[in-house]
Amino acid sequence: MDHFGLWLAAFLTLGIYSFLYKDNPWYKLSESIFIGISAGYWVVVMYWDNFYAKFWLGVFPNEQAVENGAEPDYWLLVGGVLGLLMLMRLIPKIGWVARWPLAFIVGATAGLWMMNYITSNCMSQIQSTIMPLFGADYSASIGEIIGNLVVIIGTFSGLVYFFFSKEHKGAFGATARVGIWTIMITFGAMFGYTVMSRMSLLIGRVDFIFGDWLGLIR
Amino acid sequence: MRREVPLLITGIVGIVFVVSYFIPHYPFSEMEHWFSDWFAIVAACAIVLGALNLMVVSGQKIARRKEGWGYAIVIIATFLLMTIFGLAGGTGFRETGTGFDWLYKYTFIPLSATMYAILAFFVASASYRAFRARNAEATLLLAAAFLMMLGRVPVGDVITCFMPEGARMSDLAIWIMNFPQTAGQRAIMIGIALGLVSTSLRIILGVERSYLGGE
Repeated sequence: MDHFGLWLAAFLTLGIYSFLYKDNPWYKLSESIFIGISAGYWVVVMYWDNFYAKFWLGVFPNEQAVENGAEPDYWLLVGGVLGLLMLMRLIPKIGWVARWPLAFIVGATAGLWMMNYITSNCMSQIQSTIMPLFGADYSASIGEIIGNLVVIIGTFSGLVYFFFSKEHKGAFGATARVGIWTIMITFGAMFGYTVMSRMSLLIGRVDFIFGDWLGLIR
Repeated sequence: MRREVPLLITGIVGIVFVVSYFIPHYPFSEMEHWFSDWFAIVAACAIVLGALNLMVVSGQKIARRKEGWGYAIVIIATFLLMTIFGLAGGTGFRETGTGFDWLYKYTFIPLSATMYAILAFFVASASYRAFRARNAEATLLLAAAFLMMLGRVPVGDVITCFMPEGARMSDLAIWIMNFPQTAGQRAIMIGIALGLVSTSLRIILGVERSYLGGE
């Protein structure tokens, strides 16, 4: 069965790569299999991890949980009802009730992310930027001191660039210009990093084709 | 009913999450716990809704014999195959040797890895067309990307082997990632956080209502 699986994986891998030549039935078949398998995968994972583990076992705890002192949590039924309302979207006549669970999701995401982002993405980033320039015990090397200066100046000027309520002129404009340079280096580095991660995946697939499947690489 | 109730739900849920951050005690801690559980359940149902919608759309395509309807059969068949194996496998569906694990190992992993890997070709083609050193900003972008890519492969260090240890291409790539890249990313992250806070406030207070649709 594993041998067949290897051939199937190779067939699907080459099917996806065949798109590099042009759109063709082999690619479309592999793509359709990917869509179906992915949808099935997430439904199964969500069912067992969220619906069964959280909802079902929460409302109807099993014997072992009851012995350990677990009690049915009937508040979870509200979540179940909201989930059921979400599925009503498939029935056009009463599809509007799906707005209630959607509103719940939007409200929860807004409330949760607002606090998470303000602490982790804003306050802690500012805290990390206000750092000892020469290191905690004056042990930083020249390279690190220059690097720390780059981080402080780069972050500040980058923020100045994003401030559009004031015209980018004079000293403010010059700082914003340094900001755009920093951001361009960031985009370039991120792009290079992404390319290399994709290359690493490509090497993995080539290794699979020539190594695992064809056995040409030992 | 169609607009007021959703606005009320959004406002209450959002406020509870914000308040429970500052007052992590009863009743807000309890409410946050319930809401987090409900969120997980509704999110699971949203995934199921997406999958069912895919089935409906694919089914309609087959029924109307639209172009490519044969592929819609493949989508439905593979979806059912994965779902049946996964649900029949019980809570141990991920264990090695199950049908679900076999499908995951020989179809899901190779397909998802190849889908991401194929982007390497498109990124290379796009960068060839887009990367032109037209001005100072574009040159910085190009140089940073070039140094980063060169610093991540052995040839980068081979080219700069005459340089002292710690100043070779791989070290330069690490320095770019640790300092200028961090600076730019921090500015972007702080900007995003401030934007997200204002958008969240607009949603919670009911000023932003686009998620409710046009009706």
